[in-house]
Amino acid sequence: MLAGAPDGTFLGGGTNLVDLMRLGVTTPDVLVDVRRLTSDRIEELPGGALRIGAAVTNSELAADRSVRRRYPALAQAVLSGASGQLRNMATTGGNLLQRTRCAYFQDLTTPCNKRQPGSGCSALHGHNRDLAILGWSPECCATHPSDMAVAMTALGAVVHAQGPDGQRQIPVTELYRLPGDAPDRDTVLGHGELITSVDLPALSFGASSRYRKVRDRASYAFALVSVAAALDVTDGLVRDVRLALGGVAHRPWRATRAEEALRGEPATAERFRSAAVAELVDARPLSGNAFKVPLAVNLIVSTLLELAGGQP
Amino acid sequence: MDVEITVRVDGRDCRLTVDTRTTLLDALRERLGVTSPKKGCDHGQCGACTVLLDGRRVNSCLALAVAHQGAEVVTAAGLADGDGLHPLQQAFITNDAFQCGYCTPGQICSAVGMLAEAEAGWPSAVSGDFDAQKVVLDDGEIAERMSGNLCRCAAYANIVPAIAQVAGR
Repeated sequence: MLAGAPDGTFLGGGTNLVDLMRLGVTTPDVLVDVRRLTSDRIEELPGGALRIGAAVTNSELAADRSVRRRYPALAQAVLSGASGQLRNMATTGGNLLQRTRCAYFQDLTTPCNKRQPGSGCSALHGHNRDLAILGWSPECCATHPSDMAVAMTALGAVVHAQGPDGQRQIPVTELYRLPGDAPDRDTVLGHGELITSVDLPALSFGASSRYRKVRDRASYAFALVSVAAALDVTDGLVRDVRLALGGVAHRPWRATRAEEALRGEPATAERFRSAAVAELVDARPLSGNAFKVPLAVNLIVSTLLELAGGQP
Repeated sequence: MDVEITVRVDGRDCRLTVDTRTTLLDALRERLGVTSPKKGCDHGQCGACTVLLDGRRVNSCLALAVAHQGAEVVTAAGLADGDGLHPLQQAFITNDAFQCGYCTPGQICSAVGMLAEAEAGWPSAVSGDFDAQKVVLDDGEIAERMSGNLCRCAAYANIVPAIAQVAGR
């Protein structure tokens, strides 16, 4: 569809794209409205998985009874983001692809390697309180703003994409890039590659999941740090766990190190804390966000304790 | 590039030709003379532009008019039934829920949309029982669900009771 329009892009709810166009950050010459090109339904797959159409609105996703019951962390994540009006317009596909809210990215007068490769990163030695502590490069320290994507990362979601070269499935954990030396590319998707749906695999303990978001205001603000977690405790031991962090990197941060440290271990605060510390050991805070490291550790511990509290 | 569209606004069918970059907000205010939704920030952050689009509250400043061909739009100006105020309009007056009035049309449309969402059983970020069949709109729920509507006059203390009153509390 966009084959003949190298500067064209897809339009979902427009809640980020129209804003970026108004700011002059994104300047497509063609918009393809994809809301009716993909499914706007949530369907049950054999085996208990759920397939979320890319055109499902954020509101519909969060309100869906199957999602609320089987993956409460996902519904909570979506509800913690934006406002009622924005959630009514925003689509699943668009939410995944929203751009960073780094102030320098959105300001045409300040150098930004993501917006204009080679121009420099204003945030590295500027205002970076809300930016990355993990995975950043000298070229870019932006964070990914989506709450939904953090929960999907923890829950092992898989993105279906359709492009000029055909269809492919991309685990959400592999959808996003780290900035490296090409921060202008947020994802591995090619031009004209359209997200058609997202699959949530069946997760036996998905109902024991939670999203916690820490921010400067009680509502209507992006995360400083957030956690999506699912925990299966049996006989006081962690049988299985899923953990992802938001607000800390260029993509939702799947905490595989913490997960490995926890599996089979007693479900205690002390074990939760040592696993969280192990995950954050490579954190490299910027000049303005060192607080995010202990905040992330505490939030992981607090969330896991809350989940463990509901299980023997 | 200009495109002809038809939208139903406050019960009236309107046909107009707009540049593809025209927002629904600008189409309403500048082209159709429907000035009840306001341009507070033009970035989807304040909610002063809130209208009901096919029954759901949205920020009209982020909606491209051409993307909503055939849609039903209700603004604050379309809520009354002749001289009979909508219950929310009356409640905002009774509870002194506005000062300058700039955010008010957006607040009221947002509240109408919000009450419908609660009626449909949609949870919010502060809903304790996440799987409850029925939503109980206490002050915390109202504040959370209305967090997308800013009021620089800080009339929030009276906006919440106005909405609570219509919600039946």
